[in-house]
Amino acid sequence: MKGNEAIGEAAIRAGCRYFFGYPITPQSELPEYMARRLPAVGGVFLQAESEIAAINMVYGAAGAGARVMTSSSSPGISLKQEGISYLAGAELPAVIVNVMRGGPGLGSIQPGQSDYFQATKGGGHGDYRLIVLAPASVQEIIDLTWEAFALADQYRNPVMILSDGMLGQMMEPVVLPTQEPPVLPKPWATTGAVNRERNEIFSFFMQGEQLEEHNRRLEQKWQAMVEREKRVAEFFMEDAEIVVVAYGTTARIARRAVRQARQVGIKAGLLRPISLWPFPDEAFQRAARKARVFLSVEMSLGQMVEDVRLAVNGQVPVHFYGRVSVVPSPDEIFAMICQLADEEVAVNGSVRSA
Amino acid sequence: MAVFARPKALTEKPWHFCPGCSHGIIHTLVAEVIDELNIRETTVGVCPVGCAVVSHEYFNVDMQQAAHGRAPAVATGIKRVLPERTVFTYQGDGDLASIGTAEIIHAAARGEKITTIFVNNAIYGMTGGQMAPTTLLGQVTTTSPFGRRQDTQGYPIRVAEMLATLEGVAYVARVSVHNPKEINRAKKAIRRAFECQQKGLGFSLVEVLACCPTNWGLSPKESINWLVENMIPYYPLGEYRLPKEVQ
Repeated sequence: MKGNEAIGEAAIRAGCRYFFGYPITPQSELPEYMARRLPAVGGVFLQAESEIAAINMVYGAAGAGARVMTSSSSPGISLKQEGISYLAGAELPAVIVNVMRGGPGLGSIQPGQSDYFQATKGGGHGDYRLIVLAPASVQEIIDLTWEAFALADQYRNPVMILSDGMLGQMMEPVVLPTQEPPVLPKPWATTGAVNRERNEIFSFFMQGEQLEEHNRRLEQKWQAMVEREKRVAEFFMEDAEIVVVAYGTTARIARRAVRQARQVGIKAGLLRPISLWPFPDEAFQRAARKARVFLSVEMSLGQMVEDVRLAVNGQVPVHFYGRVSVVPSPDEIFAMICQLADEEVAVNGSVRSA
Repeated sequence: MAVFARPKALTEKPWHFCPGCSHGIIHTLVAEVIDELNIRETTVGVCPVGCAVVSHEYFNVDMQQAAHGRAPAVATGIKRVLPERTVFTYQGDGDLASIGTAEIIHAAARGEKITTIFVNNAIYGMTGGQMAPTTLLGQVTTTSPFGRRQDTQGYPIRVAEMLATLEGVAYVARVSVHNPKEINRAKKAIRRAFECQQKGLGFSLVEVLACCPTNWGLSPKESINWLVENMIPYYPLGEYRLPKEVQ
């Protein structure tokens, strides 16, 4: 399946029956897929008049108790930030897909990874967090999308799938989930106050103390996510001295570069964060105890590298290599690994296996 | 037997609205209609940003609070999930006619089966009396301190007339609540708007002309006179779309 379409099919199999979206390259195959598929399963696809309207339709549908999704690409996600902040403030579960392209502004329609800050540091106003999942293959897109709905319901919080134009357009063989999704009851939903007290969904607190109390309660939720939801993949990390860090499309390419490095005897490994928030910092601290140097590779001018530096906490140097809206080649990353290996050899002796 | 009793669709919470403000009357009319149609348990309301932001504390029905101007989109999401429920939005003029124009026009154009109560007091209330899209020419506000001028600030928008041109609109009316006769007419219009939704006829909206004594800088009584003398000539009352099914 194509990456963008795989998200749609996984969502439907996860019980998503409502999709509100707006066309933008390179994610339009996803709303198109939902427009074809959702009516057949008794669902609703609605093309909104804007990204802002789409995310607010998601808000309404989520409040009414539905499993609901929207998708966009970088400039469109900027428009959705208002609604994402409101979803987090009102504690509504929803899945938001960002198939990233280059920016800022209109940017390009080529794959990019420069929305990392926006995705992981808030983006909208207020103290809030999203669980941000970054797949690196079409199969993982399916697995993480399926899981995202469960996480959204569990925490009553929006979950973001952070894909990019390359993954969105890529076709790979996949295995689709066939099990029934777990469904949590939603007694808080506004479905009509039949035989119960009425429900209210809001994020406005007139008094500062009330808002602080609300934020403190949300903080406990973010803390629970930090404790339970960190995800990371490791490749050749057992004895890695040069640790390459990358996520999504870039991680696939970096993986090949790491393999090339191993072939010439350089002890390189790959750490791939799957959850970008919460950031899997313990894996980095563990790796930093054995490694000599880290290299963060991104399709940006350097965003995730800040979290890498925080996690490594000065134990070893962290370098950065980035391309903007240009997909780096394995050879480029391999060249960076070789350069770091040579510098290490010159200063600290061999990083090559015996 | 009580002739007038508190509607079941209102909570016991006392209004926070200023003296002479029309929101209390309009809230009551909506609640009475909900009671009369016996839909309290099957209605979901959407409240706005602005003076009616806390109407979820007043309406005794399931309520969602929306971002500024986005209530029609939120209501769309609710209605698509719960097509058998009655869904309404309650919005002011800054909310609906300025930041939320896209949402209201497209909900109307889609024929979204929701009902909008649109409160037009020609000014921003909660933010403290700034110019609204509905502010009249010559009207002094904190952001039009020399009076609104058409050459620099453009013309006030007639929402009811504008939406009446859209095919998806089943019912649209403009009413006022400045005297008992008009209050009765307003209630009838609100009832028709809800009935249009129940009959699945499409989008329905009632624009209600309302007083804002605090931000107009007038007494409640002067405000009523100002509304009659200034607002009604520019915003004529009447039903701009009336399907035969609710006549």
